[in-house]
Amino acid sequence: MLKYIIKRFLWMIPMLIGISLISFFIMQLAPGDITTTEANFNPKASEESRQKLRAMYNLDKPIIVQYGLWLKRMATLDFGNSFASHQRPVFWQSKDKDGNVTLGMIQEALPITLLINVLSLALIIMIALPLGVISALKQNQFADRAITVFVFIGFAIPGFWLSLMLMYWTGVQHQWLPISGLQSMGSEHLSWFSQTIDFIRHLILPVFISAITGLAGISLFTRNGMLEVLHQDYITTARSKGLSENRVVYGHALRNALLPLITLLGLSIPGLIGGSVIAESIFAINGMGKLFYDAVLMRDFPVIMGILTIGAFLTLIGNLLADVAYAWADPRVRRGVMQ
Amino acid sequence: MLNMFLKSIQMPSNMHRIKCLPFLLLSLIFLNSCDNANHSSAQTDYSKQYPATEGGTLINAMTGEPSGLIAMTAGESAASAIAGNIFNSLLKYDKNLDLAGELAESWDISDDKKTITFHLKPNLKWADNQPLTSEDVLFTWKLVTDDNTRTPYGADYKLVIRAETPDANTFKITYAAPYAPALETWASLHILPKHLLKDQDINTTAFARNPVGSHYYKLEKWKNGQYLSLVRNPNSTQGQAYIEKLTSRIIPDKAAQFLELSADNIDIMGLDSIQYSRVLPARPELNKNIALYKELGNSYVYLGFNLKRQPFNDVRVRQAINYAINKQEIIEGVLLGLGEPVASPYKPGTRWSNPALSPYPYNPDKAKALLKEAGFSDTNGDGILDKDGKPLSFEILTNQNKEREMTAVLMQRRLKDIGIDVKIRILEWASFLGRFIEPREFDAVVLGWSLGLDPDQYNIWHSSQQGPKQFNFVGYNNPKVDALLEAGRLELDPDKRMKIYHEFSKILLEDSPIVYLSAGYGLNAIHKRVQGISNPAPPAGIGHNTHEWYIPSQYARNELSEY
Amino acid sequence: MKKIFSNPLTIAGFVIIASIMLLALFAPFIAPYDPDAIDVKAILLGPSSQHFMGTDGLGRDVFSRMLYGARISLLVGFVAVGIATLIGIILGAIAGFYRGWVDTVIMRLVDVMLSIPSFFLILAVIAFLTPSIWNIMIVIGLTSWMGVTRLVRAEFLSLRNREFVLAAQTLGAKDFRLIFTHLLPNSLTPIIVSSILGIGSAVLLESGLSFLGLGVQPPQASWGNILTDGKIYIQFAWWLSLFPGLAILITVLGYNLLGDGLRDAYNPRSSQH
Repeated sequence: MLKYIIKRFLWMIPMLIGISLISFFIMQLAPGDITTTEANFNPKASEESRQKLRAMYNLDKPIIVQYGLWLKRMATLDFGNSFASHQRPVFWQSKDKDGNVTLGMIQEALPITLLINVLSLALIIMIALPLGVISALKQNQFADRAITVFVFIGFAIPGFWLSLMLMYWTGVQHQWLPISGLQSMGSEHLSWFSQTIDFIRHLILPVFISAITGLAGISLFTRNGMLEVLHQDYITTARSKGLSENRVVYGHALRNALLPLITLLGLSIPGLIGGSVIAESIFAINGMGKLFYDAVLMRDFPVIMGILTIGAFLTLIGNLLADVAYAWADPRVRRGVMQ
Repeated sequence: MLNMFLKSIQMPSNMHRIKCLPFLLLSLIFLNSCDNANHSSAQTDYSKQYPATEGGTLINAMTGEPSGLIAMTAGESAASAIAGNIFNSLLKYDKNLDLAGELAESWDISDDKKTITFHLKPNLKWADNQPLTSEDVLFTWKLVTDDNTRTPYGADYKLVIRAETPDANTFKITYAAPYAPALETWASLHILPKHLLKDQDINTTAFARNPVGSHYYKLEKWKNGQYLSLVRNPNSTQGQAYIEKLTSRIIPDKAAQFLELSADNIDIMGLDSIQYSRVLPARPELNKNIALYKELGNSYVYLGFNLKRQPFNDVRVRQAINYAINKQEIIEGVLLGLGEPVASPYKPGTRWSNPALSPYPYNPDKAKALLKEAGFSDTNGDGILDKDGKPLSFEILTNQNKEREMTAVLMQRRLKDIGIDVKIRILEWASFLGRFIEPREFDAVVLGWSLGLDPDQYNIWHSSQQGPKQFNFVGYNNPKVDALLEAGRLELDPDKRMKIYHEFSKILLEDSPIVYLSAGYGLNAIHKRVQGISNPAPPAGIGHNTHEWYIPSQYARNELSEY
Repeated sequence: MKKIFSNPLTIAGFVIIASIMLLALFAPFIAPYDPDAIDVKAILLGPSSQHFMGTDGLGRDVFSRMLYGARISLLVGFVAVGIATLIGIILGAIAGFYRGWVDTVIMRLVDVMLSIPSFFLILAVIAFLTPSIWNIMIVIGLTSWMGVTRLVRAEFLSLRNREFVLAAQTLGAKDFRLIFTHLLPNSLTPIIVSSILGIGSAVLLESGLSFLGLGVQPPQASWGNILTDGKIYIQFAWWLSLFPGLAILITVLGYNLLGDGLRDAYNPRSSQH
């Protein structure tokens, strides 16, 4: 098992190099650079000072040198400082000589995005698993079809449209929930309990929206997995042994149907991180998605590279964890890798 | 994990008990807020005027986060808007857009017009109680002209060949030649504190995120990606503002910003013309709380031609297009009447704007005649004019801006009327500049220039300014205009200067290297709890006296209560 | 065929897709107005008998723009998925047919591509290359071929050793012929199903890009940019966002119902009774 994990871990190195190559290639597609946007098309910005800026950001070096510099940074987990918010380190906090700590941009944005995604994944599983099971048990009946239509509607509705409508309905018309951001203005003077409630209130809409769009995948996966398992021999055997239908369904079938779900969850990480762009822009949440989008518009190359690398790294870790969990949960695989 | 989950499905009764706690929490989360709703929807009548009082918080929204609050290294508009409340310049524009002293009490110009001496107001202080002296001004000048400073704004200040501080209250600069826009440049340079920055690298200093200034406000808190809040600076060099706290929330999406305005979570927001003249008037419940203001815009929108390309090198074609475009239709259709036509790059009604000039009238017949004169006719009967077998067709580029896009669409139709085929392409800003403007890969663009306060337009129209990243990207080259622009920079007498720029505007209009389309008004929605706002707005706009705005305590926003 | 149409949802999906395609196809005959005709005297009118879905900020007829927008939105879906499917088939076929190191290289490439959040890739590339309908289709295509590759490879691996393939090989069939006449036709069903599902996702993706200002660029109408135009007036001119929003919803729903129904029908295990 350990050997397997180590082997998988080492595999990540060539993968990361591949990822860095792709990210770096994309960067080369960009017309214009930070000096294009930083000077903001201001007639007072002179060509000479732009050249100066380019030299300071190493943008005047040959591509291969720039890539080398980048690889070096990646290996040392030092992603440098942002071009656009040049006072801020891209990845992790830094201290200046006076001891002032500046938080890293990814350090700050990642926990928020992860929190929202973990919560929405939890919500998805809570809703989608029962829906999937019901769908499978009532295959081709009304309940199955209603559930299928319902989860597909969730998938098919443009997320930002639903968000705006819900923001208007719950935030403006009824004032039940806050509209945007993650905390109310002035909430820092409240007790921690009220602050927590305030924070939860801000999370409701983003988590709900992100969950709605993700229901279909898990629910259909569960349904089809269940259907497949329910037709297998050992289930027929279990039934013939006179086990109650509940035991059969929940004790045997669901357990086996769920195994592949672990892999699916591992694979869904990049989609979740990527999907955060729109939600975070509309709800004014300072997460990875919004950070990335801003960086793209500003041509903030270190931030773009940093997020692509960290995002991919997380995905690789997620896949690794999923595989390990799968191996652990499935006795057949467990034995296989141990040998 | 899985087993636990399975069990809870099997035992629904358990689930019920577990659910009780979340339910309590849920009721707390939703119900309590219903109380809040009652608070704020209990209609307050905001029509009563109260005398000016101190205190209160003004909340606005911005789409992007500033990168830092040192304007010379930050550059984007979010930064300069906030930094403008924290830092002073030597000079400022008053409400009539005349130069006035800010840190400087007065200034003299030497007889040879090359030396300017600024006399600072006495006893100026930084927010941290340290004295603000001419040393700070000199230090700031050194910073902005230092080659190690990552600033795009150094060029103007590098024209200063000598800067001196004869005493703590005097700052003296000398130019190699008289430089008429000089004073204006000192109205836009924020003076920075030497005692805090002298050993720092200006490009990376933590000061940019924790600034100490001398203006009405100082930074209280910067919550990354969420908001910045400023509180009054007791040491302000300009006296005290009324409003205690300015908070700028970062809300990237304009639609979400408008929802926040509707829900009374922000006090002030810039509007587009549809929101201003259609949406808000249709919402009486919002009208009770929100007042609308308009002011003369700070910029104009134009159609600019690539003069190096066929057929725009022919002035008759440019004039024909100018005649064929119905500016009034653009102002009515795109701005819903909330704008003015312009005929020069200066604010209408100000000194620099030549009153004798008026925009090209809408005259499609004249346009057709000019095109015919230029050799274009529809020889193949496809409705598109052609010359030497090539159809008269071009592409208009513009950036992602709803109003510019609509303007382009309107022009497309008008030009089709006279037999010109126009395509439109909309681009994201950085690509637009990097891929099209800098390499000069465009036929025509719809863009905006600010309506300058100083009349100098050298960077935009002088023939020497056509380098890859320079601003005469349309490639305008007229020796007469070059001479006028050069003369205008050397002339300090306002009346003579005015004549020079009136003449310059006249030639520019005739040459028609760009078609002036419209100058939209600045449109703002401000909550009625804010009083003391000048209406109608003076030339400098409603924002000229924000320090005199106040929020009567009766109208102050409710404090957030505990749950 | 009978099996497909025993499920009413599949029929519903089919009907939705077919009618939207017909509407898009006959847009010039159905549309009451020129979709680009501006009328500054008639801006932001609500739905009426003259303007079935109201007018937009330039007085253009929303219904006509929706019809023409359908063409663009569907085109984006079809071409993007076409590109992805083509790449997927080629790479998957090579990997599954030749196995060995070619397979390893291709599958590692798939892994690399799958581990970068694809929306980030799309966003960056489109922003850098400037958003245009062609760039959007190509970029969506270039970032969504991995699923098809895996699918085709898996099918090929399982078909590779079947008797009819081995027989053809013994008879001296060339690789090319084997792939195109024996292996590919037998893997078509899952490919078609995944393409149908992919079209729905591409339509949705385009609307998301439009929201960020990187979708199909106006004045060309797509459902995504009509919806985005309308979002800022969602409290006032509801028709500007409701109709495109519903159109996207129904279309994507249609593709998913159809794709899912087909998958069910052709998957022997999940359709047993």
